[in-house]
Amino acid sequence: MQTQLSINGESHELEADSRTTLLDALRNHLGLTGSKKGCDHGQCGACTVLINGRRINSCLTLACMHDGDDITTIEGIGSPGALSPLQDAFVRHDGYQCGYCTPGQICSATAMLQEVQAGWPSHVSTSLEDDVSLSNEEIGERMAGNLCRCAAYPNIVAAIREVAGAGEDA
Amino acid sequence: MRPFEYTRATTTRDATRAGTDGATIIAGGTNLLDLMKLEVMAPERLIDINRLGLNAIEESGDGGLRIGALVPNSDLAADRRVRKDWPVLSRALLAGASGQLRNKATTGGNLCQRTRCYYFYDTDMPCNKREPGSGCQARGGFNRIHAILGTSEQCIATHPSDMAVALRALDAMVEIENAEGERRSIPIAEFYRLPHGTPHLDNELHPGDLITAVTLPAPAGGAQIYRKVRDRASYAFALVSVAAIVTMEGDRIASASLAFGGLAHMPWRDDEMEAVLVGATPSDDLFDRAADVLLKDAQGYGHNDFKIPLTRRTLKAVLRDACNVGEPA
Ligand SMILES: Cc1cc2nc3c(=O)[nH]c(=O)nc-3n(C[C@H](O)[C@H](O)[C@H](O)COP(=O)(O)OP(=O)(O)OC[C@H]3O[C@@H](n4cnc5c(N)ncnc54)[C@H](O)[C@@H]3O)c2cc1C
Ligand code: SF4
Ligand code: FES
Ligand code: FES
Repeated sequence: MQTQLSINGESHELEADSRTTLLDALRNHLGLTGSKKGCDHGQCGACTVLINGRRINSCLTLACMHDGDDITTIEGIGSPGALSPLQDAFVRHDGYQCGYCTPGQICSATAMLQEVQAGWPSHVSTSLEDDVSLSNEEIGERMAGNLCRCAAYPNIVAAIREVAGAGEDA
Repeated sequence: MRPFEYTRATTTRDATRAGTDGATIIAGGTNLLDLMKLEVMAPERLIDINRLGLNAIEESGDGGLRIGALVPNSDLAADRRVRKDWPVLSRALLAGASGQLRNKATTGGNLCQRTRCYYFYDTDMPCNKREPGSGCQARGGFNRIHAILGTSEQCIATHPSDMAVALRALDAMVEIENAEGERRSIPIAEFYRLPHGTPHLDNELHPGDLITAVTLPAPAGGAQIYRKVRDRASYAFALVSVAAIVTMEGDRIASASLAFGGLAHMPWRDDEMEAVLVGATPSDDLFDRAADVLLKDAQGYGHNDFKIPLTRRTLKAVLRDACNVGEPA
């Protein structure tokens, strides 16, 4: 199957079996190995990428379903020397140990902060209608789709808090 | 994954015609692809419905809402109208899956997601739902997540959707188009099936049927609550969940609409139990009597016996909140 994907602003023609997931297309066909495969079943978030600005699990979608879509992977979020604010904060806060979940965490957090800006409530928001204030509990709930086997959670939350400009948790 | 032929539908007719020819619909793919990787489902043809434009949330003339089948779960949960007037639906959606999954999961796909029974997922095990006539491994096996109401000799699986539980409490309708281009609307109460002797059939969709929308009646008002009890605080399926819409008149309950997840092969509702509540003054004693009615035919299968007292306690906690009465001293 032929699929045209726009990845990190660059157009790619992909020729692959219809079974190819977007994650496998990125890693195995296009050499973009930043996105990681943890579970391959939507349970860990290591494969998180942005499609048209929204975070999704690239392991649970077929590449051929995304003809013409705009995809951003961790390689498009920033690069050594030009880190995104979240990448920079993860480095300074030690938001990882082995680093395997990190690309997914950062892609996920990038989109999560936009969801907060758009006023989306979460499961732990007391009110569905008020503005969201990013407490640690809110960050934890909103990042629940990204597991970290090294349990670097406190530092991940600290990095995200800093970028969100949320200050210390009350 | 087994090989399949992939086509993209550009009209609803493409999708329904492909369906009568044996193709399986793919929407968000978050459930179907999971199952295809494990070869629990092995369609030879996939019809992708993502470009059908069924992604609007529109107000219907009668004060209700019409939700296109492709509206992502996250957009539905965040819709200002839903948050204000049908909050139990936002709450149920937000209690399910993760931010990433809700962005992909669609309204139609969520309704049609398959059970999370471990044996259904394990192709080495007998399972009447996956392979009719092969047996049910859950009955005598691990059945912690299984049903306590409406089960059959053939299957004790539960329906895993949170959204569907809220839709059941809201009396939503499912709008379906068939290959002849005819549209029908069925109440969500009649959309799902109990397992009986045909557990391979989850719902009333026939080959060629396409869900085009879900419609909500005008806002019911009142206190709306979705309470989900699970093994971890986030990103887990319900053991028991309750969607409640309760209105009061003075110190009496004027109406009570209660739907339950995690208990049965479909979101569960019990008219007889609701009748116990309506017109009565809220008290723990009343709530216990309601729970007695709800659970009179409940049956545990060993590992899931705990769901019987858990359902009672969850129901009571939800009713206390909904009626704004405290726990007795
Ligand atoms: C790790 C994980 C955790 C999860 N946790 C939860 C949870 O806590 N609560 C919860 O409720 N859900 C949970 N889910 C399930 C998730 O909600 C479903 O996977 C999702 O809603 C399915 O929607 P989809 O659009 O991706 O469906 P698809 O996977 O595309 O389709 C599912 C089924 O629906 C059929 N279908 C899709 N659209 C239509 C249509 N318009 N007409 C007719 N048939 C159609 C397909 O043929 C297929 O059989 C979880 C999933 C994962 C992977
Ligand atoms: S409970 Fe239903 S889905 Fe589970 S093994 Fe038995 S027949 Fe299969
Ligand atoms: S690899 Fe996609 S969620 Fe785990
Ligand atoms: S840093 Fe190792 S898994 Fe998260």
